[in-house]
Amino acid sequence: MPERIPLVDYLVLDPEPRLVAHQCTACGARFFDRRNACAACGGTTFHPAEIATTGEVRAFTIVSLAAPGVPVPFVAAVIDCSGTSVRGNLINVDPDPEHVTLGMKVALATYVVGTDTHGTEAIGFGFEPLEGARHG
Amino acid sequence: MAEDIWILGIHMTKFGKHPDQDTVDLAAEAVVGALADGGVTMRDMGVLAAGNLMGGGGLGQPLQKQVGQTGIPVYNVANACATGATALRTAVMALKAGECDMGLAVGVEKLAGAGLLAGSSRAQDSDTWTPHGRFGEVAATDGRIGTSTMPGVFAQIGMEYGHRYGGVDFELFARISEKNHAHSTLNPLASYQKRFSLEEIMGDVMIAYPNTRPMCSANCDGAAAAVVVTDAKLKTLSLEQQRRAVKIAASVLTTDPYEEACQVLPNVNTLTRNAAQIAYEQAGIGPEDLDLVELHDCFATAELVHYDNLGLCEEGGAADFFRSGATWRDGRMPVNVSGGLESKGHPIAATGIANIWEVCHHLRGEAGDRQIEGAKVGLAHVIGLGQACGVHILERSAA
Repeated sequence: MPERIPLVDYLVLDPEPRLVAHQCTACGARFFDRRNACAACGGTTFHPAEIATTGEVRAFTIVSLAAPGVPVPFVAAVIDCSGTSVRGNLINVDPDPEHVTLGMKVALATYVVGTDTHGTEAIGFGFEPLEGARHG
Repeated sequence: MAEDIWILGIHMTKFGKHPDQDTVDLAAEAVVGALADGGVTMRDMGVLAAGNLMGGGGLGQPLQKQVGQTGIPVYNVANACATGATALRTAVMALKAGECDMGLAVGVEKLAGAGLLAGSSRAQDSDTWTPHGRFGEVAATDGRIGTSTMPGVFAQIGMEYGHRYGGVDFELFARISEKNHAHSTLNPLASYQKRFSLEEIMGDVMIAYPNTRPMCSANCDGAAAAVVVTDAKLKTLSLEQQRRAVKIAASVLTTDPYEEACQVLPNVNTLTRNAAQIAYEQAGIGPEDLDLVELHDCFATAELVHYDNLGLCEEGGAADFFRSGATWRDGRMPVNVSGGLESKGHPIAATGIANIWEVCHHLRGEAGDRQIEGAKVGLAHVIGLGQACGVHILERSAA
């Protein structure tokens, strides 16, 4: 199996793929980026918080015009994962309004973004429909 | 309470393509027009706030070198799509602080043919995966983890409203665009003055579902400028100047307070609600007192949520409110009778003064064919992603 690296550092691949946020120790606000302090309360201590791997589509768009090199169409969405909002693409679904709906249940899924010159695979994530979701 | 501030003169250029005019030319045209409209000169101005985003910064001084170097302080302002409103507010604050009794605010942009303004380029993937940036990303995330494009971001904002309250679909958003394009046919300064049928709008090129091309703001060139004056100074001017002056009953700027999800999808709602609430309190009025509203319809999906955010309808009732016909120019709450950003155009830094120009024109009874009869009070709203929200409430002079 080739070396793997996550597309972003808040995607943890092993033992099972999941997203891990920085949770403010003082107020519980969750962030995915490197933090200087908490935007909600100003706290400066954080601990890792695992995000639920299933959720509900709270907003989406089907992007048909994007930068050169970005394959279109794709579905960009906001997923409500048990109270924590996550940005991600909907994958393994036809990108049209007949197959993508507000409120649909989805689950975290990973895919290979590409392989670099050292043979390392970058692993990205998205969310796929929970019904008929592929496992493993 | 500090003394009232008034708009004495205001001007906007034709929005559209101006290949023969550069940024300074357009700003100068707006400034000269606003000074002439107010019956004053650069010598009367005590402060200049100059807004521009795409020109590389530092518009104010090159502009002075064309229209009048009087040595006054210049504030070069950038605040995304709220830049124009921020420039106006900067001049208003200088007057309220008592630093001078007249000031000038200008916003200008050259955007014709600009295409997507964010998410318009993506770096080539590196040949070795090396984490960098605040997310430790090893490759570009735009298009892989959601979208950075504005049509896509604002599409999600409209869809989120639909998820929360229901009653929202592609056709509803397209009908909002139909309204604004219809309104634009009466505005000779709009970039586009073409009426589109619902079928044409829904059948046009899809940019980011549910926003098709005519549902997106039009990139164009343009500028707008305003001269502001204190109440005490205005009383020393001619009766004609006092009659045409428009009172700034509220001038508010807000940013987005932290909420869950606000760093995942920009939240344009809470800061607009906050700005509107403060503005209504400052003006001592409620939304039911407004005769017209110019709000930030950067996309058709955005206009819907701002009906609610500005308190024009019951919470959650924006879809029904629109379907009632209220926001058409002959409705009970005309919204974007200028044509809005979708057809008038959106030269970013000019927008937050151009919408005030529109409202002032109606309050002065000078809006020609598109006059909202008897308009006494109007509201102008802009949102800059990031976020910044500007709300101004304007009142007709009693003089």
